[in-house]
Amino acid sequence: MLDLEGDTRCDAQQAEADAAPLIVARGLSKGYGRGGIVLDGIDLDIRRGERVALIGANGSGKSTLLKSLIGLHPISGGTLTCFGHPVGPESGRAHRLRMRRQTGFVFQKHCLVRRRSVLSNVIHGLFGEPGSWRAFSHSLAPLEWRDRAMQALGDVDLAHKALHRADALSGGQQQRVAIARALVRRPRLLIADEPAASLDPVSGVNVMELFTKLCRTQGITLLYTSHDMAHAMDYADRIVALKGGRVFFDRPVTKVTPADLRDTFDG
Amino acid sequence: MVDQRLQAPDRFRRFSAVNFVLLVALGAIILVSMGQVAPSPQQLAQGLPGMANLIGRMLPPNLEPDFLARVALRMIETFQIALVGAVLGIVVSLPIAWCAARGVSPLGRGNILVKAFISFLRTVPDLVWALLFVASIGLGAVAGTMTIMVDTIGFCGRFFAEAMEDAEKEPQEALAAIGANRPSILIGAILPDILPSLINSSLFALEKAVRSSVVLGLVGAGGIGQELKVAFDLFQYRNASMIILAIFAIVLLMEICTDKLRARLT
Repeated sequence: MLDLEGDTRCDAQQAEADAAPLIVARGLSKGYGRGGIVLDGIDLDIRRGERVALIGANGSGKSTLLKSLIGLHPISGGTLTCFGHPVGPESGRAHRLRMRRQTGFVFQKHCLVRRRSVLSNVIHGLFGEPGSWRAFSHSLAPLEWRDRAMQALGDVDLAHKALHRADALSGGQQQRVAIARALVRRPRLLIADEPAASLDPVSGVNVMELFTKLCRTQGITLLYTSHDMAHAMDYADRIVALKGGRVFFDRPVTKVTPADLRDTFDG
Repeated sequence: MVDQRLQAPDRFRRFSAVNFVLLVALGAIILVSMGQVAPSPQQLAQGLPGMANLIGRMLPPNLEPDFLARVALRMIETFQIALVGAVLGIVVSLPIAWCAARGVSPLGRGNILVKAFISFLRTVPDLVWALLFVASIGLGAVAGTMTIMVDTIGFCGRFFAEAMEDAEKEPQEALAAIGANRPSILIGAILPDILPSLINSSLFALEKAVRSSVVLGLVGAGGIGQELKVAFDLFQYRNASMIILAIFAIVLLMEICTDKLRARLT
C-alpha cells in the first residue's frame, strides 16, 4: 500500500516535471568586462516539444543567449533553470555537464574534427558517457555506441558516408553530420546556432526540414537562431526576437506580422 | 601639384633616438666580442697547417674488421639510446604539454608553472644533464637514455603545448557544448587536429636525439661518443676518422628516414 502511494507520488512528480518548461530564464543578463552588457533582463520559457526561432540583428545577443542557456557562457545576473535544475556559477561543473548531456548543440560552422571519419565524429557526441574515452574513435567504441551512431547517421541520410573523412563532405552534408552528432545522445533539447547560415538555399531548407522531421518523430524540443525570416516563419511554432540584448517580442508565429520583423532589425 | 594625402610614404621607417642608441650599442658589443673571441686572420693562418696535419694523420680511416665490429655495436647502442630516450620523452611530453597549454590546461593559470618547468628542462644543455645523470645513475647507456628523455621533454613539451594552444577551437566548443569533459575534449578534438604537428615535432625530436646521443659518450653516458673520446685521448686518429664517418652516416640515414616518414604521415 505504501509502495503504491510512493509510486503514485513519483508518477505525479514525473508528470509535473514533464509539464514544466525545459528552460526558464528570468531577468537573465550577461556582460563581458569592457564589452558591456550583451543580454539585459531576458525572460524566456521554452516548453517541451516546442520549436522556437530566435531572431535579431547581428550583436543582439542570440548566440550569447544560446551558449548561456547551457552554461558555456556563465550568466552575470538573473536566474536560469534548465531541465528543472538551476544553472549558474553555484550549480557546479558536474551539474552543468549533466545538463549539457541532455542537450544537442549544432553550430553554424559544423565544428567537426576534419581528419576523423564521419562515424567517429558522430560517436564523439557520446563523450561524457561512462567509459567515454572509447568515443575517441569508432574502432574503439562499444557495439551499442556504433549502432546508435549509425542510427543517427541513418536519420540524416548519411549512413553510406560513415567511413568518409569529415572534410571530404559538402557543407550541407557536414551540417547533417553535426546534427547526427547532436542526436546520438538522444537529447531532450536541440539547440542550433544559425544552422543554415553557411549553406546554399537548397541545403539550408533541407536542414530545416530535417529538424522539423526529427522534432516530430523523436519529440525533441528545438531552439534555433536564424537570419533567414523564411526559416523562422516556416519551421518554428514561436518566434522570440532580441533587440539590444532584450526580448523585443515573444509570440506564436501566427501572430507575427511583417512590421514586427521589420522593427526587429530597424535601428 | 601632388595631393599631400596621396604622397607615397617614406621608403624606410625613421629610427627613433632610442632605437638608434640601442643599435649602436649592439654594434659595439658585437665588435668588442669579436675582438676577444673571434679568430684573427693570423691565428687562422697558423691553425691551418695544424688542421691539415691532423687530417693527414686521420687518413685512411681504420677499416680493421675487429674495430668495425666494435664501432657497429657502439652505433647500435647509440641508436637504442636515441630511440628509447626520444620515445619515452615524447610519451611523457604529451600530458606535460597538456598541463602547460594556455586555455586547454586542466590546471588553469597553473599552466605557467608547467611552462616554466619545460623551459628549465630545455635551457640546461644536454651535456650538463648527462653529467648529472652519470653522477647519479652511473656511467653507461642508462644515463644517456635519461638525458635524451629529459632533452626531448624540453623540446616536445614546448612544441606540443603550442600546437594544443593553436588547435581549432570550434570542435572543442562543440564537444564542450554536449557535456564532454577536458580529457574527452583533448582526445576527441585537440589531438586529432594537431596530429600532423605532433608527428612532425616527434620526428624532429628523434633526429635531434640521434645527433645528441653521439656526443653523450664524451661525458661517459654511453654510445659511440665514448669510443670517439677514447680514440682522441689515445691519439688514434684513424679510429677517430672512422667513427666520425659512422656518425655522419647514421645521422644522414636518420634524416632521410624521418623526411620520408614525415612526407608519408603528415
